[in-house]
Amino acid sequence: MQSEHRLRSRIRALSDGAATGLAVLSTLLVVAPLVAIFVYLIYRGASSISLAFFTDVPKPVGEPGGGMANAILGSAILLGVGSLIGVPIGISGGIFLAEFGRGTKLANAIRFTADVLNGVPSIVMGIAVYSLIVVPQGHFSAFSGGVALGIMMIPTVCRTTEEMLLMVPNAVREAALALGVPNWRSVLAITVKTASPGIITGCMLAFARVAGETAPLIFTAFGNVGWSARLDEPISALPLQIYVYALSPYDEWHRLAWAGSLVLIVLIVLAVSLVRYVTSRGVLKGAS
Amino acid sequence: MVAQAEDSAIRKYLLARGNSAVADRGFHWLMVLSALSIFGIVVLIASEMLVRSQLAWSKFGFNFFFKAFIDPYSKLPMYWDPVNGHFSALPFLYGTLVSSFLALLLAVPLAIGVAVFLTEMCPGALRAPLAFITELLAAIPSVIYGLWAVFILVPLLRERLNPFFIKTLGWTGFFGDDNPTGLGFVAAGIILAIMILPIISSLTREVMTAVPISQREAVLALGATRWEMIRMGVLRNARIGIVGAIILGLGRALGETMAVTMVIGNSPEIHRSLLANGSSMASVIANEFAEASGDLHLSALMEIGLALFAVTIVVNAFARLLVWAVTRGAPRQVH
Repeated sequence: MQSEHRLRSRIRALSDGAATGLAVLSTLLVVAPLVAIFVYLIYRGASSISLAFFTDVPKPVGEPGGGMANAILGSAILLGVGSLIGVPIGISGGIFLAEFGRGTKLANAIRFTADVLNGVPSIVMGIAVYSLIVVPQGHFSAFSGGVALGIMMIPTVCRTTEEMLLMVPNAVREAALALGVPNWRSVLAITVKTASPGIITGCMLAFARVAGETAPLIFTAFGNVGWSARLDEPISALPLQIYVYALSPYDEWHRLAWAGSLVLIVLIVLAVSLVRYVTSRGVLKGAS
Repeated sequence: MVAQAEDSAIRKYLLARGNSAVADRGFHWLMVLSALSIFGIVVLIASEMLVRSQLAWSKFGFNFFFKAFIDPYSKLPMYWDPVNGHFSALPFLYGTLVSSFLALLLAVPLAIGVAVFLTEMCPGALRAPLAFITELLAAIPSVIYGLWAVFILVPLLRERLNPFFIKTLGWTGFFGDDNPTGLGFVAAGIILAIMILPIISSLTREVMTAVPISQREAVLALGATRWEMIRMGVLRNARIGIVGAIILGLGRALGETMAVTMVIGNSPEIHRSLLANGSSMASVIANEFAEASGDLHLSALMEIGLALFAVTIVVNAFARLLVWAVTRGAPRQVH
């Protein structure tokens, strides 16, 4: 009896230790690929990056040098158009969810749809925008790429805006209304302003997410080997260029792909760290 | 007295703003409209893709997803033959399912392990940096995962792991040695696993933190070890939410495009071997859409896109409901 009891506690202690060990092991296994990706990216990227990367357009195959200046400009333009579409609509949607529709069926349905839309593959956005804009226009364009990115930003911006506005205490709203401020003004100048650091980080999160998107751009922005700043022409983008170069057989282009990835990842890590910094002082949920 | 009131800033302001009812109503409707645009987007995407896939739908019907054209001479199935106009989504459905299933197989135990470690075991000082690292994993763009996979993972598989798999597990038939490139379902599954890990583990963590402390204390008070407390007190209460997190990860994996396109090998065939080249629904669209060879080809690709859209919507909606059931509802009871 005594020994059986002792055996059982031994087994229990052992399984406890095993579970702890497995949890630690799996954490290590998850951290390992990240570290591997980062170290290798920095190693390859840093050794390939140069001033020319930021100033030159791609050179024809076989010629050394060249850069991705046009892709960087293209990404900036695409993200600019995307933000112009995604940020106002997203924020307004968030304002509706938090200020007007709280608890109504409509708001719940919209919140749910936004979450679901967040999970729609970006390639689907790409072909939808292709058939919406590219087919009627008859050519690939920077505008259509921007629209695709903008649509992808809306759900993220909308949901984070809502979460942020919900954290603004009701007393602030009541104080504004008690002073006779009209509701629209109270929402914009008081509530939204109070929550603005959080809303801005939400926008940056959405921005960082779409900055690395390639799939929706293949059939909309299409890519361009030269300079282009026109909205009605195909335009290059950093992730698109990385994709094309990664699958090419030339070492010189692989080098550029690594350098481009480094630039992209630095941009994204900066944005995410900023989000992390701001949210560590508040709460920013639902923005996975 | 009256004059004084009229001079005050607030009074002036109130007079200057005029009747706010119109502005208020306008503002309200503007916000409603923006929110409704989210519905609009979903409807627009669906209707646009429905219209553009009509051609393939009317030609192949439901058989598009179930049957393939059998070549009368060689007796071999011709799944995807743009030259002769034979299209079937079968190999892409297969590729998507196999790569996503492999990814879940690898990612789920790891993700739950990480979540358990972070919520229940981790020393406080380590928690924030580790959570940050898993968050960073989620923020890396797909194309960079693909780049890494092409230059590190695929060579590694080609040189070391695949020969090992073939030698030890070749007898099962799942690890054939007819593809020397290192590309294929296994490569796609591994990179997908790395990509969906963060979302599964962060949601699992969220669900586990939603389990009330009192549940843990109650189990501990009965003399349970830490693992028994986690198993009975936490995991058991959070299981519905964890299933939701896994399904959400599945939704991600189903639609993941760039990284998969770069490593899956892109051949529209069905092989039993996991080391063979394949193609997924998303990857065939990424590869062929821009240079589709005709209306029927384009339409068939649209139909695959529509199917992907429908499947991911259903999967995501289901998963969200499960996660909500746990994190929003009242604390559940131990059975």
